[in-house]
Amino acid sequence: MAGKIGVLALQGDVSEHIGAFERALGPGAETRVVAVRRAEQIADLDAIALPGGESTTISRLIEKNGMHRLLAEFEGGIFATCAGMVLVASEVDDPRVSPLGILDIGVERNAFGRQAESHEAYLEIAGLDEPFHAIFIRAPLASRVGAGVEVLARTELGVVAVRQGRHMAFSFHPELAGDLRLHRLFLENLSL
Amino acid sequence: MRIMKLEELRFGTELIKRGFASMQKGGVIMDVVNAEQALIAEEAGAVAVMALERVPADIRKAGGVARMADPTKILEIIDAVSIPVMGKVRIGHFVEAQVLEALGVDMIDESEVLTPADEQFHVDKTGFTVPFVCGARNLGEALRRVNEGAAMIRTKGEAGTGNVVEAVRHMRAIMGEIRALEGMSSQELIARAREIEAPADLVAECARLGRLPVVNFSAGGIATPADAALMMQLGADGVFVGSGIFKSGSPERMAKAVVEAVNNYTDPKVLADVSSGLGEAMPGLDVKTLRDDERLAERGW
Repeated sequence: MAGKIGVLALQGDVSEHIGAFERALGPGAETRVVAVRRAEQIADLDAIALPGGESTTISRLIEKNGMHRLLAEFEGGIFATCAGMVLVASEVDDPRVSPLGILDIGVERNAFGRQAESHEAYLEIAGLDEPFHAIFIRAPLASRVGAGVEVLARTELGVVAVRQGRHMAFSFHPELAGDLRLHRLFLENLSL
Repeated sequence: MRIMKLEELRFGTELIKRGFASMQKGGVIMDVVNAEQALIAEEAGAVAVMALERVPADIRKAGGVARMADPTKILEIIDAVSIPVMGKVRIGHFVEAQVLEALGVDMIDESEVLTPADEQFHVDKTGFTVPFVCGARNLGEALRRVNEGAAMIRTKGEAGTGNVVEAVRHMRAIMGEIRALEGMSSQELIARAREIEAPADLVAECARLGRLPVVNFSAGGIATPADAALMMQLGADGVFVGSGIFKSGSPERMAKAVVEAVNNYTDPKVLADVSSGLGEAMPGLDVKTLRDDERLAERGW
């Protein structure tokens, strides 16, 4: 199917997300990947990625650019990593972020600590045969997971990957790992 | 599902360090000297703050030897905000870097704004868990820093002047030198690497990527929203604003305006809007009037 995937391009690792989706779709794919800078671009997307970055900054720019309601009511699939996971939550432990309330999860920001606690690990993820190379950078955790939310992965500290309907959210950065299995899983769900 | 064990984690790898820098892209990093300023920066949408004893304009005025900030100051700022906190160390002063790492800063700036501690060696940044950002005026200097382990580059500009001319010069130099690599044969790339005193593999990587292998911000002299957008249009991944925020007439408004300018750097209408009614920008200095020993960008090599 010829679709359109947007990467929210307000701040963060936008080009990494665009590159990862383009590689996951493969050469000659009809589906296009675009950077989303303005509210009016959101309506005709089949999916949108909320990238890593600073959640306080991105949250402020979502409000400033009039995107909050459009994202909260977005009917396509959402692929959210790190700061993106904070933004799609229903509750965040920090009033400096206005979450979009898309996923029925509560999120703790910087749950592992500061940059010194940022790390790589091989993580077992539901739906994948082999462990996934997960890159956690000042990462959040899902501290509460609603009944309709499927937990895809957890560490000793808590839940780090979830799926709810068409949406997936990760504490870590699949776009940095060079491993596109989670992108493909997301695209298959949407028949893209 | 097997639960991941904490002892299987790897910290401070190249991927983790460069990944941290990638998360800053499209953002504004602001110099702050206390918790109150740090909160203003965070509220305005800064992606990180640089915790300092004095902003560069005041370092210029004070003269003498400029050193790492008092740890009390850095901890005060770390406690105040949830965004990353960076700190500056003198060029080559690896013990100041050890101290900042122990304090828990998220990134260390090995900075020419402070008085250099070593005239021969920069810090060996590969030995640290915390990532480093370093200044550069040209491609050779940038790649020497990357080779030492810098996870992020910032063009130097001329800090504390409120004058963007040197920032433009350094960004144009790096972008132009990378463009000139395109189409070179592997032999020509090696010859070019020798000329600019940079490792040949990093020069070849720049040629392949069409950009630096790490995130490249602009710094040194950015004083207005238009300055910040200028540097973004010239190819910066984001900007550091030093004295430009808290030496302006209205820091809260200037901070927000610079964040919005970087977010909308190709939209002149938005830039006109955010540039309006900001009050006085910081006082500027003509870089040509600086003595050689007042030019901070000349520090480091």
